[in-house]
Amino acid sequence: MAPPELPGDFRRSLLDLTLAPGTDARALSDETHRVPVVVLAQGTNLATPLESLRGRSVLLTSEKQLPTVLAAIALDGIARRILLCLPDIAETDLPAIVSEGEVDAVVSDGTGPQPPAHVPRVACGSAIHPADVFLQDRNAPTEWILFTSGTTGRPKMVVHTLPSLTGPLDDGLKVQERPIWSTFYDVRRYGGLQILLRALLGGGSMVLSSASESVGDFLVRAGRSGVTHISGTPSHWRRTLMSPDANRMAPRYVRLSGEVADQAILDHLRQAYPQSDVAHAFASTEAGVAFDVRDGLAGFPVSYIDQPGGKAEMRVIDGTLRIRSSRTSSGYLGTAPRLGDADGFIDTGDMVERRGERYYFVGRREGVINVGGQKVFPEEVETVLNRHPAVQMSRVWARKSPITGAIVAADLVLREGSGTLADLRESILQACRDQLPAHEVPVSLRAVPSLAVGPAGKLLRHD
Amino acid sequence: MSIAGKDIRDFILGQVQSVARQQKKTLAPLSDELPLLESGLDSLCIAIIVANLDDELGLDPFASGTVDMPVTLGDFIRLYEHGAA
Repeated sequence: MAPPELPGDFRRSLLDLTLAPGTDARALSDETHRVPVVVLAQGTNLATPLESLRGRSVLLTSEKQLPTVLAAIALDGIARRILLCLPDIAETDLPAIVSEGEVDAVVSDGTGPQPPAHVPRVACGSAIHPADVFLQDRNAPTEWILFTSGTTGRPKMVVHTLPSLTGPLDDGLKVQERPIWSTFYDVRRYGGLQILLRALLGGGSMVLSSASESVGDFLVRAGRSGVTHISGTPSHWRRTLMSPDANRMAPRYVRLSGEVADQAILDHLRQAYPQSDVAHAFASTEAGVAFDVRDGLAGFPVSYIDQPGGKAEMRVIDGTLRIRSSRTSSGYLGTAPRLGDADGFIDTGDMVERRGERYYFVGRREGVINVGGQKVFPEEVETVLNRHPAVQMSRVWARKSPITGAIVAADLVLREGSGTLADLRESILQACRDQLPAHEVPVSLRAVPSLAVGPAGKLLRHD
Repeated sequence: MSIAGKDIRDFILGQVQSVARQQKKTLAPLSDELPLLESGLDSLCIAIIVANLDDELGLDPFASGTVDMPVTLGDFIRLYEHGAA
């Protein structure tokens, strides 16, 4: 079940696995740097010999992604643990992260959240300097620590290994020679890391996004770089379709994950990128990638559930999706609660509902709006709103009500040229009344110029 | 926006009619003594009327958290008349 591991104790490092498919015409790039994959065999981006970090627990923290990516490739199989710090982690959380993660080295380009000064530091950058990379024993089972983006409290530290991050998938994705991958995600997040690892292990190139770059600039760069495969959340994609530069790239594969992919966004992407396969995937940092859906329809076939022995096994218990596979995390570091039930299934917190021969995601368990005791999933109402031709994007929220506790309210980004909300209100509400029970129909609608998307690429649900 | 007593009453009665129509509810003959819950409106309808009155008139007598829940249509209207006074 753990494919990169060969018999015995031999373990292939990320560097070995990256170089194995050949290096011709392959590169890692961001908006300022381009690192050919071939030079990864010739040095590192670290200002210290690799041996000095052997057995250490290393926090990788830089504003940009490329320094961390290069350091992670160099350190896998050498460090005991690498922690992929996100640029939006609060510095006030770092002392606890250092302590729970037993961090005894920091690799940073000097930007990004910085831990307390007593932790030894190693400088790194976006360029490779000559160094020995092959003399070392690269057999250490390095732990990869990913941070989750909880909306409240300290981010949880989720434990993975290279095998759990790269385990096999039944996704049937056939990638041509030398794919050029990209993602709107930060690759230090699970959804982005999946794409980076597919690029590295699959003989491809990787075009990294940048937090400091506008959507338009990124799309232009992706097009110029010849991106063939690209992923993002539905919110990333809705923002992309609002950009006049959406047509600057011509990918052959468009992937959505991280939020519910409704039929409207799938259809809009198929129209915008007619030469492209559009797939949506289900994954979480804890549970790993569970499946891809490639038929262009929202939801997933019921046949995915309760099939023992698959690459990822899934169950639906109390309406939420549970997953067990070789790709699930082994747990959290520190004091966070245990992962998984007695059988090793991880509760994703994502509610699903069966309609005919398909399951549909209806929302997060904790996001439910309670209207007088009746449950409303914001995502379900958003799905109906987003299907209206005048609606580009929507966010449904709970408006307080002295009568029913809460009522459904919606913020709408209207498509340009479709008219004012006053003109459209009745038609939008009628569409909701036709498709939703009365308590799910928004009581108030507001037109807004845009909706905030958080650092994880997901619609922000809390103001 | 300020609105005087009689107008508030008319406005609320107008809301009651239109929300009932929209939610496909049949209204009992309206009078001040009519218990709200026997009016044909369910609690969702009342919640919608309260939200609309807040939006349209800027009045939310429930915001203080100290008002008694209205029992009759008359109680309900008086809450708003006092709020506007």
